[in-house]
Amino acid sequence: MLRVTSIAKGIVIDHIPAGEGIKIFNFLELDKVNYRVALLINVPSKKMKCKDIVKIENEINMNLDILSVLNENITINIIENEKIIKKYSPKIPQEIEGVIKCKNPRCITSVETKLKNKYILINEETKEYRCQYCEEVIKLTSL
Amino acid sequence: MKVRHLIDSCDLTVKEVEELIKLANKIMDNPNKYNTCCKNKILATLFFEPSTRTRLSFEAAMHRLGGSVLGFADGASSSGAKGESVSDTVKTVSCYTDIIAMRHPKEGSAFVAAEVSNVPFINGGDGGHYHPTQTLTDLLTIYNVKNKFEDFVIGFCGDLKFGRTVHSLVKAMARYKNISFIFISPVELVIPDYLKKDVLEKNNIKYYESTNLEKEISKLDILYMTRVQKERFFNESDYIRLKDTYILNQEKLKNAKEDLCIMHPLPRVNEISREVDSDSRAAYFKQAKYGVYIRMALIMKLLEIEEKVC
Repeated sequence: MLRVTSIAKGIVIDHIPAGEGIKIFNFLELDKVNYRVALLINVPSKKMKCKDIVKIENEINMNLDILSVLNENITINIIENEKIIKKYSPKIPQEIEGVIKCKNPRCITSVETKLKNKYILINEETKEYRCQYCEEVIKLTSL
Repeated sequence: MKVRHLIDSCDLTVKEVEELIKLANKIMDNPNKYNTCCKNKILATLFFEPSTRTRLSFEAAMHRLGGSVLGFADGASSSGAKGESVSDTVKTVSCYTDIIAMRHPKEGSAFVAAEVSNVPFINGGDGGHYHPTQTLTDLLTIYNVKNKFEDFVIGFCGDLKFGRTVHSLVKAMARYKNISFIFISPVELVIPDYLKKDVLEKNNIKYYESTNLEKEISKLDILYMTRVQKERFFNESDYIRLKDTYILNQEKLKNAKEDLCIMHPLPRVNEISREVDSDSRAAYFKQAKYGVYIRMALIMKLLEIEEKVC
């Protein structure tokens, strides 16, 4: 059996639907980091039959609620001293800052790239967000 | 005290709009009374995109209030051409002047500017997004022609997708009672979804879309014609294909109401035939005149200049 050891401090993103782990890995740009990261795919699960897990041995300075776009049943475990100190499922964020770039070519953020993109939730059901600057509406159904 | 800015016409309450209209009409009736109201005040006109009417009407407004004006009329002559950000330009200019009016081709640039300006900031148009001073001009025109803001069927015709004056006026008129809209445009240039969902449907305002001006014209109390704007297209062939979709002429006006108010933010290209200019229903040159007076009233309001001081 393939074994991956537990981590002392960091984040474990669990219950990711099988095949979606790579999206989280890419979204968090974990291929560019210098700390230990494990992407486990097709891990047997009682609840889901098959799931993906991402283990990150570091803190991440980002609101991980955005992962709810993929699936709201994902579990985020915060680990310290090899123990889970916080466990939660991501909730649809009211605001998303600095993560998604506005695709409207007429938006000021398309030319002033130092501006922090900010999206405001306008419809929780449809996961629709509006750009704070140009008000272009996007539907967040994937990362 | 928090500095007041104007990004969107709906930043002003209905009551504030009425106060501005009242003041603009007072200035129009007695302009000499107000000709030193802004003595020693400086307006900056930062126009990153070419404009004739908006820029000149801002400048005329400030001069008529006894103030002075500095600025640029083209992005190429600003530090923006050297790569300076909008926020740095506005931050700097707000050290030199008492009030700023800015036009910029990118949507949301006004929001960026207002965030950093230490002096009142007026959006003179941010791309295809908002153009609140044109909306105030339009509201003054509607009020002075019709003497009310309620009970109208308003038709918008032309480029309803990129026409920022349309978006702002729809939002502004949606605040009044018994208003319904007919949006007449080619399918490529329909009104944006967010306006339909967030402004019209949310407030149960009646509207429908059409591609046929002749069919709809008899139902209208106000007809707002717009130009298909070349500068909003990335593809010239699309512009050429769509630019002359609607041309208002006397033939089409045969079935229109006697008291129809024909508006256009100007400049026009071909969308209103010259023969309509002499029709008593044409209000678009009055609109241009009102633009100066409403901007005078707005400058006074944002600079908090009391009428009695003038």
